[in-house]
Amino acid sequence: MLKASLAFLAVALFCFIFADIEITTLDPGFEFQRMIGGALTPDFSVLIEFRIALLNTVTFALCGIFISFVFGTVLAFMFHFIVVRLFCASIRAIHEIFWVFILLPVVGLNPICGVLAIAIPYSGIFAKVYAEILQEADEKPLKGLPPKSNPISKFVYGVLPVVYADIKNYTAYRFECALRSSTVLGFIGLPTLGFYLETAFREGNYSEAAALLFSFYLLIASLKYWLKPRLVPVYISAAFVLIPKEVSLSWANVSRFFTYDILPWPMRREGFLSATNEISFPFEEVRAWVIDIFRNEALDGIWQTTILTQIVLVVTALVTLVGFTTISRTFFGAFFRRISHFALIVIRTTPEYILAYVFLQLWGPSMLPAIVAIALHNSAILAYLSGQNANLIELRLDAPRKKMNRYFFEVLPRIYGQFLAFLFYRWEVMMRESAILGILGIYTLGFFIDSAISDDKLDKAMFLIGVTALLNMLIDTISQIVRRRLKVSTKLVTSY
Amino acid sequence: MIRLENVSVSYKDKPVLKNISLTIREGEKIALIGPSGAGKTTLLRKLYELEQDHAAFIHQDFALVSQLSAFHNVYIGRLDQNGTFYNILNLIKPQKREIEQISSILQTLGMTKKMHERVAKLSGGEQQRIAVARAIFKGSKLLLGDEPISSVDPHQSDNILKLLKQAAQTVVVSMHDVQFALKFFERFVGLSNGQIHFDLPGKEVNQSILTELYQSC
Repeated sequence: MLKASLAFLAVALFCFIFADIEITTLDPGFEFQRMIGGALTPDFSVLIEFRIALLNTVTFALCGIFISFVFGTVLAFMFHFIVVRLFCASIRAIHEIFWVFILLPVVGLNPICGVLAIAIPYSGIFAKVYAEILQEADEKPLKGLPPKSNPISKFVYGVLPVVYADIKNYTAYRFECALRSSTVLGFIGLPTLGFYLETAFREGNYSEAAALLFSFYLLIASLKYWLKPRLVPVYISAAFVLIPKEVSLSWANVSRFFTYDILPWPMRREGFLSATNEISFPFEEVRAWVIDIFRNEALDGIWQTTILTQIVLVVTALVTLVGFTTISRTFFGAFFRRISHFALIVIRTTPEYILAYVFLQLWGPSMLPAIVAIALHNSAILAYLSGQNANLIELRLDAPRKKMNRYFFEVLPRIYGQFLAFLFYRWEVMMRESAILGILGIYTLGFFIDSAISDDKLDKAMFLIGVTALLNMLIDTISQIVRRRLKVSTKLVTSY
Repeated sequence: MIRLENVSVSYKDKPVLKNISLTIREGEKIALIGPSGAGKTTLLRKLYELEQDHAAFIHQDFALVSQLSAFHNVYIGRLDQNGTFYNILNLIKPQKREIEQISSILQTLGMTKKMHERVAKLSGGEQQRIAVARAIFKGSKLLLGDEPISSVDPHQSDNILKLLKQAAQTVVVSMHDVQFALKFFERFVGLSNGQIHFDLPGKEVNQSILTELYQSC
């Protein structure tokens, strides 16, 4: 484990040489002061004006979760088919924002687009996690069932009660993620909190931004008071009733997208120039088109995305290994622990995208805001988990007194395996986020995808999104291999 | 009547039962005894496999759904005798008819008060009594019990064995406590190393035979 950790550290240091890290703004201190000023004087009056956005954020998340719950469940039961597994891996490898890019030309910029952008990748995630929960469920109770019982009865008595708590916890956790996703989708134009948040940040109206952000925290913090299993059907129905329905879906658009728009340009050129819109199959030119994009954009994007991901992975690890002590009984007193606990929750609640956006305002475009944003968010999650694990350790009476010794000889060795498992579990999440932050102007894959969308080159955008998805699936596979090799495992992450 | 002839069972290439021949007539109450690892559980499972349509089985590890209530766990015994819709209905809201029957069984086991508690909250002995109640509720002709009194006190053991003997026509139970078993059973099958060491009426089981059985492994 030590060797592997050092290898990853070495790779990250190597990546640092190539990473573009700098502060380009003239006076980051001044902007920071203004932000703090805004945070201290939140202007809650805007919430009345933006109440629809708040409502939309919740309804998008509810509808998205409901749809993905249904499809995820169905897919989970078919997860032993390799085709289903691959399909799920590919749909969850594409970030919600990229799904908006894909769906935009098909359904238009409307609530359906937002809901599906959440529902599609989440279906893939649910399918995988539900399948794992079902597979790992205690099978002992099934022995007690009469063998001739009807399969449905067997399921509701022998399986459902066993997995119910895990499914419920994981789905609730995902709902929180969906609220984050739904908020972030606002940054690219959907009518959720993010839309107004982006405007407020862009205009430097930090009191307004603070009010919006605080209302988001309040929403997340209040979940445990209103998200009751019994009430979920009520909320879901209400969400489907309340969601704005000004949707003009045209099947012509949908079929045009799949059969024309996303085809490589060389296939469309002849028809376009002769105004017949016919498709041709110039193999040589398509090949040249692919090679051209790959050489000039994809390779660069992959390189930058990988560099960012590897740096983020290691920075996250280092911050976590220090950070978890702040909530550990072994190292700090109750008062300090409570404050750090609160800080960790606030940080992990804030979507990476928003963190990156804020840091970008402060420091200007470079990899720095992205590194800090992704690493902060992930280390807050991991520090929380590792801290809780550390608190489960019962130190023996004659354990070393010095805190350094305790850390290195008693605590760290015991939690390190599980920590690595959690870290590698989030590797692909970090990669997905690294790619996305390209939209904010770092040269990762998201940058090239965003540019292609702006230039109305759907063919190129789809090609690059495909490349991103493949890279993500590759990292997911490597992560699994690494976890297996190191023999580290975590019990299923049902909450943070 | 159940007849095993030259039955052998292996687990991962390791023989667990070797050439077992055994005949069980209707109405017999049989105790299976022998040292740990002799093959008692495997023999009981083999019998269950042959007779599963009209047999109830009490598992050594109880095999309960710990997330469900005691009531539901007992009800599971008759899952195959009721329709799917009724099963689901009964899961959501326990039906009066079932409550009546199950509570009377639980009463004989001193468990009525715990009927609506989740099994996870019950002690080991209480869980075992629920597993016993499930087998009784199932109401089969043949009852197979794998150490059904391993977790309860002597007073309860007495009670459970009496109930089990009444619950089914034919009863086969594996037991650790031979002296206790002698009070209840007529026929004793001694197993060691996957083979039948002896098959005797209770009267003929004496200390020297037992010593030989338990030292043979």
